[in-house]
Amino acid sequence: MIVEIGHFALILALVVAIVQAALPLAGAARGNVAWMEVGRSTALAQFLLMAIAMAALMHAYVTSDFTVVNVIENSHTDKPLLYKITGVWGNHEGSMLLWVFILSLCGAAVALFSNNLPPALRARVLAVQGMIGTGFLLFILLTSNPFLRELPPPLNGRGLNPVLQDPGLAFHPPFLYLGYVGFSVSFCFAVAALIEGRVDSAWARWVRPWTLASWCALTIGIAMGSWWAYYTLGWGGWWFWDPVENASFLPWLVGTALIHSAIVVEKRDTLKSWTVLLAIITFSLSLVGTFLVRSGVLTSVHAFAVDPARGSFILLLLLVAIGGSLALYAVRAPALKGGGLFAPVSREGALVLNNLLLSTGAATVFLGTLYPLFLDAVGGPKLSVGPPFYNKTFVPLMVPVLVAVAAGPLLAWKRGDLLGALQRLWAAFAAAVVVVLGALYVTSGGPVLAVLGLGLAAWTFVGVLAEWTERLKLFRIPARDSWRRARNLPRSAHGMTLAHLGLAISVAGIAASAFEVEHIDIVAPGGDLPLAGYTLHLDKVEKLQGANYVADDATITVKRGDAVIAVVHPQRRFFPLQQQTTSETAIRTNFLADLYIALGEPDQAGGWTIRAYWKPLVPWIWIGAVFMAFGGVVSLSDRRWRVGVASRLRAPAAQAAAGD
Amino acid sequence: MRRALATLLVLLALAGAALAVTPSERLADPALEARAREISKGLRCLVCQNESIDDSNADLAHDVRVKLRERLLAGDSDAQAVQFIVDRYGDFVLLQPPMRPATYVLWFGPGAVLLLAAGGMAIAFRRRHATDDAVPPPLSDAERERLDRLMRETEG
Repeated sequence: MIVEIGHFALILALVVAIVQAALPLAGAARGNVAWMEVGRSTALAQFLLMAIAMAALMHAYVTSDFTVVNVIENSHTDKPLLYKITGVWGNHEGSMLLWVFILSLCGAAVALFSNNLPPALRARVLAVQGMIGTGFLLFILLTSNPFLRELPPPLNGRGLNPVLQDPGLAFHPPFLYLGYVGFSVSFCFAVAALIEGRVDSAWARWVRPWTLASWCALTIGIAMGSWWAYYTLGWGGWWFWDPVENASFLPWLVGTALIHSAIVVEKRDTLKSWTVLLAIITFSLSLVGTFLVRSGVLTSVHAFAVDPARGSFILLLLLVAIGGSLALYAVRAPALKGGGLFAPVSREGALVLNNLLLSTGAATVFLGTLYPLFLDAVGGPKLSVGPPFYNKTFVPLMVPVLVAVAAGPLLAWKRGDLLGALQRLWAAFAAAVVVVLGALYVTSGGPVLAVLGLGLAAWTFVGVLAEWTERLKLFRIPARDSWRRARNLPRSAHGMTLAHLGLAISVAGIAASAFEVEHIDIVAPGGDLPLAGYTLHLDKVEKLQGANYVADDATITVKRGDAVIAVVHPQRRFFPLQQQTTSETAIRTNFLADLYIALGEPDQAGGWTIRAYWKPLVPWIWIGAVFMAFGGVVSLSDRRWRVGVASRLRAPAAQAAAGD
Repeated sequence: MRRALATLLVLLALAGAALAVTPSERLADPALEARAREISKGLRCLVCQNESIDDSNADLAHDVRVKLRERLLAGDSDAQAVQFIVDRYGDFVLLQPPMRPATYVLWFGPGAVLLLAAGGMAIAFRRRHATDDAVPPPLSDAERERLDRLMRETEG
């Protein structure tokens, strides 16, 4: 019964989405206010219906309703409750339902928080949102319906893949989708602006918070996925340039370019048509990502050809959405007039450089991901494009980005003084030199590129701090005055500093991963394994019974000299239902380095393979990502985004600006 | 980003297989073993998604690792050993695609995009400056007065 309610809600959501796509658009064209307002009520209704559908599927999972095919295939009565719930999106049908649910959430958010938008713009934004919803709801109902029944029901389900039974991966898809789908709002704004033929700084102010929020969610989603890979795979890899990873990295790269170019539109009223194009491309790449992951094209081009229903449908959606919006862009963009002029060396120029390099980087990853598929599809040779390719193409493109991150914010709008900016970066240059020399000394001339990477991270970190202290006139005026300046500085400036510091921190972690120390050996209980100045003592290995698995649980005492640092328990878990083994690694971190220990196979003599790694600065990769996302959130809290508020509070705002 | 779920399904279906490089596979000569590790990092595990045979715990990766070490023991150079593997599995096994006409797009594409984009921007930039009035009109007296007032406030 509840399953049918969910099913009906889904069908009703499709009907509502069709109305949302058509009526407000017609209303905006004819100036019919009542029709335009339909956009808001349908967006809210769609959210309500999708929430019902989502809740119905969750209910089926929690109660283990094995008349539902989707539950049979992905759940089991023995599964812990958390994974019954998160199992809802651990499969194709459920994750598409989550996709559309988040889309409707974004639509409802636009409907609720857009009182200060011109009604026609709001109506058009919501109509475009309705069109996307229509496409994906059709996709779910026609090819991937999670509510299909099967009678008679089996006694129990087939269970969720053990790999997915992990807190990190359980919450990875919602964040990733919030990012992917959140970019649809920027896309809708871009399309609506093209229909209206008007892009101004007010438009940029409306778009930027949505883009920024999606970007934060995507940053967290990607970081969670990579962290999960790190602690799950048993040897500590965290990024593989795998097509599925690239699918999420592409919208992130272009989305990063978008939040930067939107600043130029807002402040200087220029780069408009480029920003609109970026908004379209960002969401298009989210769609491409969905296509890559959901169509099965990655497993094999031929598998896609054998069962083409889903893949072809998404491909069709892709062509309509991307082709349609780009065609609209081609027709309308020439009408968008550029505003303020600027010299090549200026804040605008630095942001253009950022856009140029990030877009080229995205194009590189796009080629590396899709060209092998293309070559295979046209009958060419099969190719692999792995880390060595990206290290030679993508990484060099990011070096100037990092150099510019420190210098860009020091340049003035319109016409900057590069020499002056570089002079103010002497501390950053000194820090880079010290770090490079220090790292060379410590690693006795270790991998040169990684050492230079560390130097680059130091340059960026200190450069960003230098800009921030300069704004506060820290150490040059009394601390109290600096504090006042810090409070008066727009939150978005603090947010930028935090996000850029995060970037530097992540880069340091990535570069330092080249210095890891590895020791893999067979150790008998009672034996020792030395690693980077530590001693790992294997006390014992025991069998433990888990909820739906049996584990080999090792007790390892980590010592430094005679001092006991920690006792850790890496495990190998065997899931009898799926006949699969997973590895639960033990990670001991002091935030400067991780001790990473995984339990391998036993041998005939009673020894166990222990895989132990010392990974310097690795946690910084994710700490940096958290900084980036947090910087985005701080920037979001800036009052200037609340457009109406800013105009009402003009007097206090002027005072704040006077303190700048 | 759901880090090769499909891969893992394949990998874990081979449950019981050893995790990546195992002690039993290792060569006694540390210099030779170091060479084997370095080469392994550039060879793809054929049943995985972008995982090298050095990292993979699939059976096939184990076989290739052992085969590679046999060749090194037999006195092959690095290039010869890699060629031996490529002859059997094709270019697909190389994580760095070889440079040949079919891959020119891949290798030169990023540079071409960068040049085209930079060139396009330079042209757009020049055109704007040529057509638009490059020198903004001077401030009117009222504007100058307002500017002075604002500057005084800022300083104060």
